[in-house]
Amino acid sequence: MTIDRDLVLYLEALARVRLTDAERAACEGDLQSIISYFDQLNALNTQGVEPMSHALPLVNILREDVVAPSIATEALLANAPREKDGCFLVQRTVE
Amino acid sequence: MPITSLPALALAQKLHAGELKITEVLDAYYAAMDALDGQFNCYVLRTCEHAYARAALIQPRLDAGEIRSPLAGVPVAVKDLICTEGIETTCASNMLRGFKPPYSATAAERLWAADMILLGKTNMDEFAMGSTTETSAFGATKNPRNPAHVPGGSSGGSAAALAAALAPVALGSDTGGSIRQPASYCGVTGLKPTYGAVSRYGLIAYASSLDQIGPMGRNAADCAALFEILKGADPRDSTCVAHPNTPATPVGQLRVGLPAEYFGEGLHPAVAAAVLAAKDALVAQGATVVELHLPMAEYAIPTYYVVACAEACSNLSRYDGIKYGHSAAQAESLRDTYILSRSEGFGMEVKRRIMLGNFVLSSGYFDAYYKKALQAKSLIQRDFRCAFEGCDVILGPVAPTTAPRLGESLSDPLKMYLSDIYTVMVNLAGLPALALPCGADSAGLPVGLQLIGRPFEEATLFAAAAALENLN
Repeated sequence: MTIDRDLVLYLEALARVRLTDAERAACEGDLQSIISYFDQLNALNTQGVEPMSHALPLVNILREDVVAPSIATEALLANAPREKDGCFLVQRTVE
Repeated sequence: MPITSLPALALAQKLHAGELKITEVLDAYYAAMDALDGQFNCYVLRTCEHAYARAALIQPRLDAGEIRSPLAGVPVAVKDLICTEGIETTCASNMLRGFKPPYSATAAERLWAADMILLGKTNMDEFAMGSTTETSAFGATKNPRNPAHVPGGSSGGSAAALAAALAPVALGSDTGGSIRQPASYCGVTGLKPTYGAVSRYGLIAYASSLDQIGPMGRNAADCAALFEILKGADPRDSTCVAHPNTPATPVGQLRVGLPAEYFGEGLHPAVAAAVLAAKDALVAQGATVVELHLPMAEYAIPTYYVVACAEACSNLSRYDGIKYGHSAAQAESLRDTYILSRSEGFGMEVKRRIMLGNFVLSSGYFDAYYKKALQAKSLIQRDFRCAFEGCDVILGPVAPTTAPRLGESLSDPLKMYLSDIYTVMVNLAGLPALALPCGADSAGLPVGLQLIGRPFEEATLFAAAAALENLN
């Protein structure tokens, strides 16, 4: 797998980050060596092996459906960079 | 013995017998921080006011004999990715500078319920992504055994605080070795519990299928006492279960597995010698040795980094500059708010792992990387299942070398990832593992070993660790 500048730009877009030119150049080399290392997995025979997402065979444990206090709106909004009338404030999204 | 040199259980005994007051203990620790932490940088926040207020509440109840918790009154350091209500929790990232969580993690609440007292929040690699505590936005932590060396990571602040006698016990978290490796580099003890043994509610997520909070201390008994407080089901974490409290297998009956792959190429001879000496010590106490293989070991690192980065890119998508955390001042559109806030807030290692995660999950690469890694994860678990048919614990080194020098690992991320070779498989298989000191190299830097157990058999690990400690 070859990593080029276009792929780095694509990954920046997916990750919602923007690198500087110097960071991008360094990142291209780092991603190349790391992903080449990941490519070792190609040598592994996984035919018929079920992908495993969780380590233990856990089943969902459902709690009783009872009313319990939740965190107050003001407490949750206290960390918001911008808020208005008890809501998070964002830029206009629809023209 | 100075107050700060006392192990946690010994300290508790003195507090409970009325020989020491909690404020004397706090005074001793904060004085030690004043003297030493400028050099080591273990703490990102000292919670003095909070600690003395708690002491004032707990001391009268201790005096009246109302408190029975074995660590009541003992101060504790908490890694700065465990939410503490109203107390800044930063993940050592500019993204969360100033963030005061509106709730506490279940693990933290259990400490408070056991009448333990928060000393401060400890330094770490940013968002727990790193193996040296050098990616912290608050500067690197130094290894108290030799400040020219890293303390390991990502729970480097907690491990270094224990080694420097700036805390009697601490909480860390372990996604791929982040409790065990710094414990090993700093010469202290730490447990990565079985996945699901300790609640992750309020643990700021890195890779949710691998993350576990665990106890760190200066000996196994302190860690065991802290683990008793932490473990158990939590209705707010559906992956956390009641601990079956499987009794310990006595050392005299222990079958100790030695995986050939953990003693091969790349392992420093001084580390190998110290770990094998510990094996001999267990044998001298009646344990038997079983040689075994973990053939998937060669795939452990790519499997771990694919899975961890994939989960990280999903978990860290919540940092959008809107609900909490850093928000770019000059953003003019919603899209700009996302991109600028994240670009300014995250450090380079975090960005790299988010981008790697996006890569392995993206269309066209998903099957070759992410699905393949989940299949490899299955095979890793199968390796351990087979191994544990013939043994009760697996013994090996924690890391291939002792602590590297500061700065050596930062220039080459892949090189840093490769040092996680012996720890990451345990997280992928969800197993418990305990790291404890077992000697030193020729430069005097500590060597650590790890004991890996079957799910929920932490008691056996603590028993074996205690047997090894008694020799020293």
